[in-house]
Amino acid sequence: MDTTGTFFLPPQNSTVASDIDFLWDFIYWASAAFFVILGVAIFYFIIRYRRRRQGELTTGVAHNLPLEIAWTVIPTILIFFVFVWGFKGYMKLHIAPGDSMEVKVTGQKWFWSFQYPEGASTVNELVVPVDKPVKLLMSSVDVIHSFYVPNFRVKMDVLPNRYTELWFEATAVGDYDLLCTEYCGKGHSEMIGKVRVLGEREFNEWLESAGGMGEGMTPAEYGAQLFKSKACNTCHSIDGSKVVGPSFLNLYNTQQMLTNGQPVMADENYLRESILNPQAKLVAGYDPVMPSYQGVLKDQQIDALIAYIKSLKE
Amino acid sequence: MSHDSTAALSYLQEPKGLKSWLLTVDHKRIGIMYLCAIMFFFFVGGALAVILRTELLRPERILMDADTYNQFFTLHGAIMIFLFIIPSIPAALGNFLLPLMVGAKDVAFPRLNLASWYVYVFGALFCLYSIISGAVDTGWTFYAPYSTTTSTSVISMTLGVFILGFSSIFTGLNFIVTIHKLRMPGMTWFKMPLMVWGLYATAIIQVLATPVLAITLVLLIMERLMGVGIFDPAMGGDPVLFQHFFWFYSHPAVYIMILPGMGIISEVISTFSHRKIFGYKAIAYSSLGIAFVSFLVWGHHMFTSGQSEIAAMIFSFLTFFVGIPSGIKVFNWVTTLYKGSISLETPMIYALMFLFLFMIGGFTGIMLGALALDVHLHDTYFVVAHFHYVMMGGTVMAFLAGIHYWWPKMFGKMYSERWAKVVAVIIFVGFNMTFFTQFILGAKGMPRRYYTYLDQYQPLHGFSSVGAWVLGAGFMIMAVYFIASFWSKRKVGDNPWGALTAEWETSSPPPQHNFLTDPVFKHGPYDYDKIAVVGDYYKQSGGTKMAEKI
Amino acid sequence: MSTTHADAHPKFLQHHFGTAFQQQESSKLGMWLFLLTEVLFFGGLFCAYAVFNAWYPETFVNAHKALSWQLGGLNTMVLIISSVTVALAIRSMQLGKKKLTFNLLAITVLLAFVFLVIKYFEYSHKIHLGQLPGNLYTYTGIEGTNPHLFFSVYFMLTGLHGVHVVAGIIAISWMMYRVHRGDFSAEYYTPIEMTGLYWHLVDLVWIFLFPMLYLIG
Ligand code: HEA
Ligand code: HEA
Ligand code: HEC
Ligand code: CUA
Ligand SMILES: [Cu+2]
Repeated sequence: MDTTGTFFLPPQNSTVASDIDFLWDFIYWASAAFFVILGVAIFYFIIRYRRRRQGELTTGVAHNLPLEIAWTVIPTILIFFVFVWGFKGYMKLHIAPGDSMEVKVTGQKWFWSFQYPEGASTVNELVVPVDKPVKLLMSSVDVIHSFYVPNFRVKMDVLPNRYTELWFEATAVGDYDLLCTEYCGKGHSEMIGKVRVLGEREFNEWLESAGGMGEGMTPAEYGAQLFKSKACNTCHSIDGSKVVGPSFLNLYNTQQMLTNGQPVMADENYLRESILNPQAKLVAGYDPVMPSYQGVLKDQQIDALIAYIKSLKE
Repeated sequence: MSHDSTAALSYLQEPKGLKSWLLTVDHKRIGIMYLCAIMFFFFVGGALAVILRTELLRPERILMDADTYNQFFTLHGAIMIFLFIIPSIPAALGNFLLPLMVGAKDVAFPRLNLASWYVYVFGALFCLYSIISGAVDTGWTFYAPYSTTTSTSVISMTLGVFILGFSSIFTGLNFIVTIHKLRMPGMTWFKMPLMVWGLYATAIIQVLATPVLAITLVLLIMERLMGVGIFDPAMGGDPVLFQHFFWFYSHPAVYIMILPGMGIISEVISTFSHRKIFGYKAIAYSSLGIAFVSFLVWGHHMFTSGQSEIAAMIFSFLTFFVGIPSGIKVFNWVTTLYKGSISLETPMIYALMFLFLFMIGGFTGIMLGALALDVHLHDTYFVVAHFHYVMMGGTVMAFLAGIHYWWPKMFGKMYSERWAKVVAVIIFVGFNMTFFTQFILGAKGMPRRYYTYLDQYQPLHGFSSVGAWVLGAGFMIMAVYFIASFWSKRKVGDNPWGALTAEWETSSPPPQHNFLTDPVFKHGPYDYDKIAVVGDYYKQSGGTKMAEKI
Repeated sequence: MSTTHADAHPKFLQHHFGTAFQQQESSKLGMWLFLLTEVLFFGGLFCAYAVFNAWYPETFVNAHKALSWQLGGLNTMVLIISSVTVALAIRSMQLGKKKLTFNLLAITVLLAFVFLVIKYFEYSHKIHLGQLPGNLYTYTGIEGTNPHLFFSVYFMLTGLHGVHVVAGIIAISWMMYRVHRGDFSAEYYTPIEMTGLYWHLVDLVWIFLFPMLYLIG
């Protein structure tokens, strides 16, 4: 198995990758052969038969049955092979092995969240064990997104009105890029995450402690970690700059102007409401695009985030 | 009937005045008016592309923010597709040439033809209005539910495209009737030039596919205006249905783009090889074959959308079947060179460039049609590279071949051959720098429609952007030498390349009613084995190439 | 357009056609192609209908009861008769009977108006009850999931058809004016024939719509 990647393709880190790359190679080299044969013929003809004299008569031959049969039949045979291979691979990509571990995936403008049956949940980071099939049950809460891991050669659209499925089995421990490939608006190119593939034991350890507050962490430190892992940072800054949403710097206990013209004091209650029900009070100058974190964040996590926001004072 | 009074004057000179142009029903003038319009939009679309490539030079912000970037690629795509490439060859060159090639005085419905131009301009105004009223950021594919929920001016753009559809239908309808009913006496179906076959196949698709796009856009507009819910998942509707509708038009549309281009290639290759085209009937039938199969493969744009495996299988299978007739054409063109008398003027150089680039575009199309492989490649830059190879490397190269080929016929002037060849090389190099790089990017996993990207893709993106600048420079020079040709003192002959199709039998530029005497069919369009022709463009300059003494 | 060679041609013959026959054949082919685009235009909506009918079959059956098959049936009759009158109009023009042609066209227009009036009563009843497409739907009396989709499809289809009826009225009225002006004769009546073809299509579309929308189940 190739793990460094070729000139064109990224490394192969899943069980299906080598099949797909084989299909790539086949079409690639067959095409190259056609390209070279035809290219050489073209160059040869334009040199060999360049115009030497004005107004010469040329041959009237316009048919050659064997030749015409050859260039119809040979490509037909080739595409037939390609079709069958492609279809087989596709079926393989679509039928998850029965013993797959299941994770629920939600695509949302503009982050991914993952829900494990054991209760853990993560954002923009899918943690999976190596050498074990994983099945993703995916849906979206707004527009269409698409779940793509180049190194695994898997991709599937994530639709708002139904569940789609995707499975893979990672073959090597490591971090792999996870990308959104269906255009979904402003943050489309930042809807990027990681697939972290761990060894069996590490994975189980992770699963037990997942999502919890590390030992010896202060709530604000935990909040800082959540700020990144729950993707708040895709829309909020901590340095005072205005991004998609307002900055958290000096936010606590200051007056905010709402779209309805009312001022509001950014106290704990307001912050909590802003996280759980962001549309209730909209800050003037921003679009109502913040998703609700109801059900995504636990109480302890919300407290930690508020503690973190409080700590951001100049 | 006689036209002696107007015999000396060309369609450009008579009648005079702005009004005579704006109200003209002459297919040649309408063709020229279309030509101006589409060239304008090509440059707008191209400028947008060069600017967006510049933004992609590095992952961080260079010129614009994410919203603006999204509007740029949407406008670039929509303008290039709906305002440039679909009308380009049929409406501009086709309008000018079709009646000349079949020896008719005009298209069947001249007033409908003029209406089509005005409808086009009207639709274009809506598209342009969408730019000032907040621009669209949906991608040229307008996928629901994004397009039904975004706050940008989707309605104005889709309404524009809806209107443009009618102009396309009018052109197609006109061409079909013209070809069926107005051929000159003696020109049977298999005596028609292959360009006419290409336009015929194109027209069929235009007439059959465009109405479906029209109704799709009406539904989309209704969805936004009053929330009818047909594409809205929250109301029990189905966004994937939108994709089916959209591609039912837009896949055949890609053959609206390429088939007339293939027609040009057949003409140019045979003329500059001075040889009977190889496999005339095979090329003619394969155009119809492509047109037919093109209606059955739209699902190959949706292999990862969650459609059923059976559907995916059928779509993939049929997709490959487009490769066979396309291949037949390529093989026949190459074989036409065999034992020809080949001269490499600018149109021929573009035609050869077409062969190479279209092959690459086509082969990568086959890769995308292979189900398992498309899962990896879908919505990455690999697809972007594929379609630029077929559209820019295929259609635009064919269009350039055609415009260089017929320029003397249209305007009675010759551009500078030397500059034209220099530019051809610049464009070839710039094109491959820009887009071959994108095959690698895409295969490595770089998704399309990305404003920013992961650092590992930077070197390739950077290279591609530089390529776009080279391409831009090439087109600038081209614009200059074409415009400069109007001041050229030299008048070209009626048949500069020594070709045998009927449009070369009238004067350059042609008189108002095309032919001074009613034409009858005398010899086949490719009878170079029977008729020795010398281009009078050579005669004039004493046997040497004009290019060498600019 | 140049008038220099008008003498060689009958008045109605355009300069780029060789013969009247060629011109007539061209018009006919053009018209058939146009009708084809119309069929495909409606075809998109028929597909939407088929998809949602397959997804929510019970809703569709329940919802169609809100439509009155009596009124729909009446309208079907009206359109069929109007198709007959327009066909007769063409026939009488072929025989050169201008007055009769004019009257038959007038009856056709009248029937088209009758169709629209009946449609108006149907629409206003639904608007009153809130049986409206998508978001505007407020009615509560229909069981099943997403009944508003039925009305979305219903209003889109009948609305689009209605637009075509209006276009037909305009076209036929224009023909009446031209008959009156004396443009046509037993030799030249192509525009009336084309208008008639169009009107048959409008009728035909309705003949599909009627069972699809009013008679499901
Ligand atoms: C001019 C326009 C044009 C043309 C001609 C083509 C031609 C083809 N296209 Fe392309 N295509 C586009 C424009 C075009 N395409 C666009 C715009 C998109 C993207 C739209 C979007 O998402 O924005 C697209 C996307 C696209 C996809 C979807 C990719 C994805 O989103 O995942 C697919 C998949 O099957 C595909 C396939 C093909 C095939 C098989 C052909 C074939 O017709 C090619 C046939 C030609 C050859 C094969 C070469 C010559 C043949 C030989 C020399 C003989 C030997 C051949 C064999 C052995 C097979 N195209
Ligand atoms: C006919 C069709 C056509 C043509 C000819 C082109 C031509 C070009 N395209 Fe286009 N492209 C599309 C159709 C086309 N494109 C479509 C349909 C999409 C998909 C959109 C979507 O996703 O919705 C797309 C998307 C697309 C992308 C992907 C964007 C993304 O996914 O994020 C890129 C990026 O490189 C690109 C680049 C280019 C370049 C560099 C050219 C060059 O070849 C252009 C060369 C032409 C010129 C350069 C014109 C000359 C103009 C000047 C000389 C003026 C110069 C002025 C300044 C520099 C200010 N195009
Ligand atoms: C998709 C972008 C986005 C994401 C992701 C996001 N927000 Fe927001 N947020 C916004 C926007 C836009 C506003 C301003 C409009 C509003 O009040 O809803 C906002 C407002 C807020 C406010 C009120 C700020 C003020 O100035 O009054 C708080 C608190 C907040 N967000 C917390 C969070 C937290 C915590 C997270 C992560 C767990 C998060 N947000 C994730 C977009 C986002
Ligand atoms: Cu989510 Cu793109
Ligand atoms: Cu396609």
